[in-house]
Amino acid sequence: MKRIYVNEKWCLGCHLCEYYCAFAASGEDDMAKALKDITINPRIKIEEQGDISFAVSCRHCDEPLCVKGCITGALTVENGVISIDQNKCVGCYTCILSCPYGAVMPSETGAVQKCELCTKNACGEPACVKGCPNRAIVFEERG
Amino acid sequence: MAVNYIYPEYEVIRNPDRCIACRVCERQCANEVHRYDEDLKRMKADETKCVNCQRCVSLCPTRALKIVKTDNTFKESANWSNQTISEIYKQAESGGVLLSSMGTPKAYPVYWDKMLINASQVTNPPIDPLREPMETRTFLGKKPDGIVRDKDGKLKNNLTPQLELSVPIMFSAMSYGSISYNAHESLARAAQELGIYYNTGEGGLHKDFYQYGKNTIVQVASGRFGVHKDYLEAAAAIEIKMGQGAKPGIGGHLPGAKIVGDVSATRMIPEGADAISPAPHHDIYSIEDLRQLVYSLKEATEYKKPVIVKIAAVHNVAAIASGIARSGADIIAIDGFRGGTGAAPTRIRDNVGIPIELALANVDERLRQEGIRNNVSIVVGGSIRSSADVVKAVALGADAVYIGTGALLALGCHLCRSCHAGKCNWGIATQRPELVKRLNPDVGYKRLVNLITAWDHEVKEIMGGMGINSIEALRGNRLMLRGVGLNEKELEMLGIKHAGEAF
Repeated sequence: MKRIYVNEKWCLGCHLCEYYCAFAASGEDDMAKALKDITINPRIKIEEQGDISFAVSCRHCDEPLCVKGCITGALTVENGVISIDQNKCVGCYTCILSCPYGAVMPSETGAVQKCELCTKNACGEPACVKGCPNRAIVFEERG
Repeated sequence: MAVNYIYPEYEVIRNPDRCIACRVCERQCANEVHRYDEDLKRMKADETKCVNCQRCVSLCPTRALKIVKTDNTFKESANWSNQTISEIYKQAESGGVLLSSMGTPKAYPVYWDKMLINASQVTNPPIDPLREPMETRTFLGKKPDGIVRDKDGKLKNNLTPQLELSVPIMFSAMSYGSISYNAHESLARAAQELGIYYNTGEGGLHKDFYQYGKNTIVQVASGRFGVHKDYLEAAAAIEIKMGQGAKPGIGGHLPGAKIVGDVSATRMIPEGADAISPAPHHDIYSIEDLRQLVYSLKEATEYKKPVIVKIAAVHNVAAIASGIARSGADIIAIDGFRGGTGAAPTRIRDNVGIPIELALANVDERLRQEGIRNNVSIVVGGSIRSSADVVKAVALGADAVYIGTGALLALGCHLCRSCHAGKCNWGIATQRPELVKRLNPDVGYKRLVNLITAWDHEVKEIMGGMGINSIEALRGNRLMLRGVGLNEKELEMLGIKHAGEAF
């Protein structure tokens, strides 16, 4: 299955992936309209210290702890993609505690949000990958 | 400073309706032009530091930015332009030589743009390169005086070593040090994939790039940096650099600040030591001396590699080329005065040398007259900007061209002409690790391959139009060129007729 992989060597720490992620999730067709004067809450986040930076988003684990821990069945695996049904989420945040990567986070509504590889928006392929200026984030099949 | 004589050259225009304050401009500007004001929750810009490299403009996700030339003006005249006045202010303040990078921005005539190419109509058919074979492969090196046969009448191979090029285009010399590791890797990988050559420049060959040796031309320049046996043996050809188009008669100076880590090891000089290339080779004061170096290098590599001698296009270029053609060199590279550089004194760059078109036409003509044209191949550089320039250069007599600036543009260079500052925002002309990583060679090499592939298609289209199906048949075919807006003397120098004149 195609997953998002991050190559720390080429990450510039420009944070564009975060903004493209927030834009893709907004459902708007104009980035300025979608993101102006707000604090974004993207599903991908840059971790950085000193000269080192890299993007972190859901790894779509083969044995996902978040899905195992979900008490309502809101988190499910669909064709390898770990998806969240926000209508079922009660906000217990067990998944947030159990994710070893910190890739699940609360959304504005209180339900959790996470990277779903842009399968639920109009972007087609992951927006962070398309928007990365240095190909530090790639979407590919690896054995 | 109490009095600020110089007004910033550019203004940063930010569209407040579009700016989402993502701060990518701030993070990506090594000149620290942009900053975020936490209190006002807005981006601000200090345009005094802007070099107009367009990095922020290119990365802004909402196209909220543009850089414009300021319309603030001194009381200019045709004689005293804003630029001239600013330069006097700068020197009055610093007392120093003005430094610049890349090719001259001055409005000298570009003869490529004053030559038009022929095409076939009715009496001789054009060729469709998509349907019929079209050859852009070429070989560089000395060609034999004649065919020699053994006693059985079989052909004897009396060919000296040649460089085989799939397209008559090579990447010109740019040293590791003046450009980054990632830029070099991009050039090397592109040359390998394309079946052409890149040139190390005078900074030596990084140990990681020996694997691309078959597509590498190594340079031996006046500083002899990084020259040793393995270096010479790794390469496909060796180039002796006598001069550079952007700064004829001038040596090089890579500041100690850039001689760090691998650059120091590759150049074989201590970290922090200035790398100074003398203006002359101290062992070359005549063609005879040059011949000694040519043969020393051939001896060291067992006569297996062609030797190139690179000179700047200067007034006496034809006579010098004639000497080089008799020195044992296999290829002459001529660099015109519009060529680029990582750093040169502005006055030299803008005022010394001659246009490559005139130099090429004269060298080719002189070598033909003397019956020694087959002794050497001619490679020209110094602002070859498109496939049309390539075709015109070949028709004027070049065997191949060198591109430097064009290749850097493909890698992201925006010609801000600030290489000498060492803060290239595109990761090309810098050694700062956080900037070097901005050029991912996986992306860079592909863009170079795309550029040369596109030019190859265009060269074939243009040749097909002329009814020519091989680059060899175009070489020195000056009847395929016509001048427009040139005077008698210029036409004579170029050896072409004026547009409107028939065969």
